[in-house]
Amino acid sequence: MQELISRLKELLESGSVQRVLGWKKGDFTFNPEPAYFNSAEELSEFVYDGFCGANLSKYMIKASNLEGVTAVLLKPCDTYSFNQLIKEHRVIREKAYIIGIGCKGKLSLDAIKAQGVKGITDIKGAEIDGDCNELKVETLYGEKTVSYKDSMLERCHVCKGKEHMIYDELMLESADTLDADRFTDVEIIENLTSEDKFTYFQRELSKCIRCNACRNVCPACSCRKCVFDSTKFDSEQKANVDPFHESMFHIIRAFHVAGRCTDCGECSRVCPQGIPLHLFNRKFIKDINEYYGVFQAGEDIGQTSPLTDYTLDDMEAEERR
Amino acid sequence: MHGIGVFVCHCGSNIAATVDVKKVVEMAKLEPGVVHAEDYQYMCSEAGQEKIAQAIKEKNLSGIVVCSCSPRMHEATFRKCAEKAGLNPYMVEIANLREQCSWIHKDIEEGTEKAVILTRAAIAKVNLNTSLEAGESGVIKRALVIGGGIAGIQTALDIADAGYEVDIVEKTPSIGGKMAQLDKTFPTLDCSACILTPKMVDAAAHEKINLYTYSEVEKVSGFVGDFTVEIRKKARYVNMDKCTGCGVCMEKCPSKKAKSEFNSGLSNRPAIYTPFAQAIPNVPVIDPTQCIKLKTGKCGVCEKFCQAGAIDYKQKDEVITQKYGAIVVATGFEVIKLDNYDEYAYSQSKDVITSLELERIMNAAGPTKGHLERLSDGKPPKNIVFIQCVGSRCAENKGKSYCSKICCMYTAKHAMLIRDKYPDVNVTVFYIDVRTPGKNFDEFYRRAVEEYGVNYVKGQVGKVAPQADGSLLVHGVDLIDGKQLKISADMVVLAAAIEPNPTVRNIATMLTASIDTNNFLTEAHPKLRPVESPTAGVFLSGVCQGPKDIPETVSQAGAAAIKVVGLLAKDKLMTNPCTAKADELLCNGCSACANVCPYGAISYEDKLINDHGIRKTHRVAVVNSALCQGCGACTVACPSGVMDLQGFSNRQIIAEVDAICR
Repeated sequence: MQELISRLKELLESGSVQRVLGWKKGDFTFNPEPAYFNSAEELSEFVYDGFCGANLSKYMIKASNLEGVTAVLLKPCDTYSFNQLIKEHRVIREKAYIIGIGCKGKLSLDAIKAQGVKGITDIKGAEIDGDCNELKVETLYGEKTVSYKDSMLERCHVCKGKEHMIYDELMLESADTLDADRFTDVEIIENLTSEDKFTYFQRELSKCIRCNACRNVCPACSCRKCVFDSTKFDSEQKANVDPFHESMFHIIRAFHVAGRCTDCGECSRVCPQGIPLHLFNRKFIKDINEYYGVFQAGEDIGQTSPLTDYTLDDMEAEERR
Repeated sequence: MHGIGVFVCHCGSNIAATVDVKKVVEMAKLEPGVVHAEDYQYMCSEAGQEKIAQAIKEKNLSGIVVCSCSPRMHEATFRKCAEKAGLNPYMVEIANLREQCSWIHKDIEEGTEKAVILTRAAIAKVNLNTSLEAGESGVIKRALVIGGGIAGIQTALDIADAGYEVDIVEKTPSIGGKMAQLDKTFPTLDCSACILTPKMVDAAAHEKINLYTYSEVEKVSGFVGDFTVEIRKKARYVNMDKCTGCGVCMEKCPSKKAKSEFNSGLSNRPAIYTPFAQAIPNVPVIDPTQCIKLKTGKCGVCEKFCQAGAIDYKQKDEVITQKYGAIVVATGFEVIKLDNYDEYAYSQSKDVITSLELERIMNAAGPTKGHLERLSDGKPPKNIVFIQCVGSRCAENKGKSYCSKICCMYTAKHAMLIRDKYPDVNVTVFYIDVRTPGKNFDEFYRRAVEEYGVNYVKGQVGKVAPQADGSLLVHGVDLIDGKQLKISADMVVLAAAIEPNPTVRNIATMLTASIDTNNFLTEAHPKLRPVESPTAGVFLSGVCQGPKDIPETVSQAGAAAIKVVGLLAKDKLMTNPCTAKADELLCNGCSACANVCPYGAISYEDKLINDHGIRKTHRVAVVNSALCQGCGACTVACPSGVMDLQGFSNRQIIAEVDAICR
């Protein structure tokens, strides 16, 4: 960790980067937030631990318009999003100095609370230098201990791996956190009857308060003007007519990011209502894998997306034969 | 101020019998913006058009909806009519009350309800229509013909005679196609080569025709009037300029094990070969899969014997790029593979052959020098059974659902020729129906039966069983006598179905020309535009469009040629203004649209955009309206709805959907 901070200082002081895009301490130990650091002094606020789940690649859209180079800290899974943004010409590669940083699994406050922990005031054990086995949680009712693994975000249980898809330099070690199958939850829903599926989605999506957090955080939702905000389609009025339209928002969003979503899981991480939004995207990913062969958006800048490419091996072409 | 006029056509009884047209008029009057609505028996007639023109002028209409047949039929008619009356032609919408309503409904109430809904949708759309202006584009005065069979040759000759440059691309080493393989042609029994080869020579000698044999179309871009085509000239390993066509190389070539494609695999050919003696160009090619020199580096016999020094083992494929105003597809057919027809023992007995193989056997230049003999032992056959409809008119998946059209006639021809030359040979033909609808066709068939004593049996063959003595036991049924037949034959000829040349799929994809479930190219209209593809500038000649015989192919080839000439004679073409357009303010420049554009019409520019006073340089999509065909793929690929198709904007389509759901 010290090594990382020294390196960032060095980069800033040498002038090879104009700013660092990382995380700074929040009000509590468990809510750090994305931040720019413009000087070595400002780095005193810098933090990187198990709570730094935020995917910083989307911030590089704006940072690409700033003067000079931004050093951005990307975890292995974040690099998929960054690649996808390069492919869509939304970030400028030369404007970023990518420090690929290690990750030992990111934590979810909801997952900690789900273990029966209430009144949390402080959490220790999430430091990146630590062994990340146990979390010591200070609460209004005394200290509790929970397992690190049980406190991780869902996406870390289905981790894409320790490899960075794009970087200029690598720092810090990663840990293996994969212990579940990515598509199990999708399969459970697939096996429901149509009625049960409908009930399930109605129940989940009825929680939505249209805060737009999922859209705002999503690296694939990078449009200059989202269709839901645009006056061109009369959709901004429509979305509020009844709860059904509310659900349509999520379904349309899932269609818009299909074939581009890297499954970074930010939508579900930020949803204040705990809606498992990633499941929509995963269903698309699963279908793409099954119909067009395994495809991971953001793995390779050069590859074409199966949904915007037509080859004679495609299933549609097969069907025509 | 909007003022919409609605014109409901009876189409005689086509619409009026299933749709209460008066009710449609009444309901249309209630729609927002509608100031005029009327019905008429034939809106497309002069009187009908006059009614529209009059209403436009008198009521100062800003847009009209014509409730009639498919826009493919009469949209152009009504646009022209509106334009004459002073209305922008793109302020016309068609509600398809015929193909999409009256023709598919029986109940007048249901039909009327749907007609009202379709009319409502069209009114909702026309309320959002904007005037559009068609642009102009030039025409390159050169045509490409893909395929050098009789269809391609005839089309090329007719275009060239009209004074335009034509290139023929033929994938085999010689032009001539399937017709070159035939012995005699029905119903006149002229020798096929005698009538084809002069045409081949004409094509080669024509100053306006350029042959690319042993070549394939690799890539097509552009649009009507301005196609850019990449043609791969495969390496012949023989210098075409130096070769004199003496043929010594073919004689001396030590590798003679390759099956002759021309003789349907019934004889062998050398590694360096011309497909047949009258090949054009008369320049051999080296088959790299057979040539010892190319495979092992040793041999070089042909090079040694070539007086002209034309052999060039180092020749490489060459890709040339050429521009064309029009493209004709004349890719022809192949005989189907008989893998699904084991019951006829084709793979088990050498004496079960296809009709095309028989054609080669009967031909003086064929593998048996024209002597009718069994391929197994060379003995003359005494009993020949022809089986019709092998793979044609097949209800199951194993064959083709269509009639191959030519088999009845060529089988009658074969039967007649055999009986004429070998009167002691018994000939039996099993048929489902004998179809002879052509000039002098039925007379021809009757002659086979009545004068030549060919034994026609209505019924199908269930099985051909090869016997130990080398004969073939044919198990058939005579449906007229209602009895099972067992005929001992020593030769069985299968009238195998024909199918479009398999390469046509690839070519259709390159041309974005549509094909049907049987891989035949689709016409723009089956009756009224039979030689045009729905893709502008692409024309159809010969069997690639559907099964046909030589006279029909030649007629169609001429028809395709005149369509091409009609196009090339123009100096300017009107372009379709219903093209895509990007909203620069909102465009992300993400490339999603360019990725899906089949026409390569979208590029990107870094443009200074003034967004309500904030000036910023953005990467934005730019549509080349000359290349854009208005397919709309980009509009659905764009995540922020920035791409819009003029005349079919997202708002217009949503308005239609809303009107339907109201």
